[in-house]
Amino acid sequence: MAFDYDKYIRPGKLPHIWCPGCGHGIVMKGLIRAIDALGFEKNNTAIVSGIGCASRLPGYMDCCTLHTAHGRAAAFATGVKMAKPEMNVICVGGDGDGTAIGGNHFIHACRRNINITYIIMNNKIYGMTGGQFSPATPTGAKASTTPYGNPDPPFDIAKLAIGAGATFVARGTAYHATQIDKLIVEAIQHKGFSVVEILDDCPTTYGRRNKYKSVIEMMNELKDIAVPVKAAEKMTPEQLKGKVLTGVLYKEEKPEYTAEYAKVIERAKGAAK
Amino acid sequence: MEKKLPTIEIIEKYCKGCHICVEFCPTKVLEMQGFVAAVKNLDACIKCMQCELRCPDFAIKVTA
Repeated sequence: MAFDYDKYIRPGKLPHIWCPGCGHGIVMKGLIRAIDALGFEKNNTAIVSGIGCASRLPGYMDCCTLHTAHGRAAAFATGVKMAKPEMNVICVGGDGDGTAIGGNHFIHACRRNINITYIIMNNKIYGMTGGQFSPATPTGAKASTTPYGNPDPPFDIAKLAIGAGATFVARGTAYHATQIDKLIVEAIQHKGFSVVEILDDCPTTYGRRNKYKSVIEMMNELKDIAVPVKAAEKMTPEQLKGKVLTGVLYKEEKPEYTAEYAKVIERAKGAAK
Repeated sequence: MEKKLPTIEIIEKYCKGCHICVEFCPTKVLEMQGFVAAVKNLDACIKCMQCELRCPDFAIKVTA
């Protein structure tokens, strides 16, 4: 049987607004398959986003959804999780929303290790607002605000998350669609803050400016640069030049924030007596 | 024994004509007809489901 995505999509919302060939739809399908595999109830699942192309995702999902201020997805999601720790909270957003405008919220959510899954769709650009460069835009790439090439080195979002204290970090690509739901399932099952970075394509505002002939060329690039973590162990640094590692990059167990906060509440109750 | 063929449903209303399914089908089952994808050679389908998985527009449903 074909997988029934309609079960998790708000009736009448399709076709979505994403451009032809935009990978966000592929990621959304992966998220739906992951939610279905975990057997989550729609009423007990919150999907939180900020602003941007990727952040339009909760609008299509038939779950509890929150479309918040630009970059503030992690902050609102923290609020939801603190008020209802039993709820499954998933944040979605883009690279600009998550690591520039919401950079501070992102690193502090990582540091706290609150049990939220943050899915970052990294298309290397601010697509919705007109193709401005983001912290994930590669050096030398053209954007509407860097017409002569971007002088900035980009963030490695996975390394940023690990450095900030996230306890589960994984990376996938929109090309490797079968892997997306597996990574998301593993991330959601992890107790603590988990980050899943999905490398994505933006054919409209990134591809056209950077001389990609088509969506296919962008997808082929994702296919070529991705190296699974296990395969990378056998490769030399020269062979790994220009490649990105995919799969589960980091995992550790640390005390989870809502559980620790519940202990604080208990201590305060004891002190008040 | 006769091979059991899958059914590939393409929802034309959703298809935005991005070519991903046509290009990445390993056995070239699909083709573009105008602006939308269409089934050309169903006999060659190996039910790998990659077209359904990679369609960003929820436009392909493969029932094996």
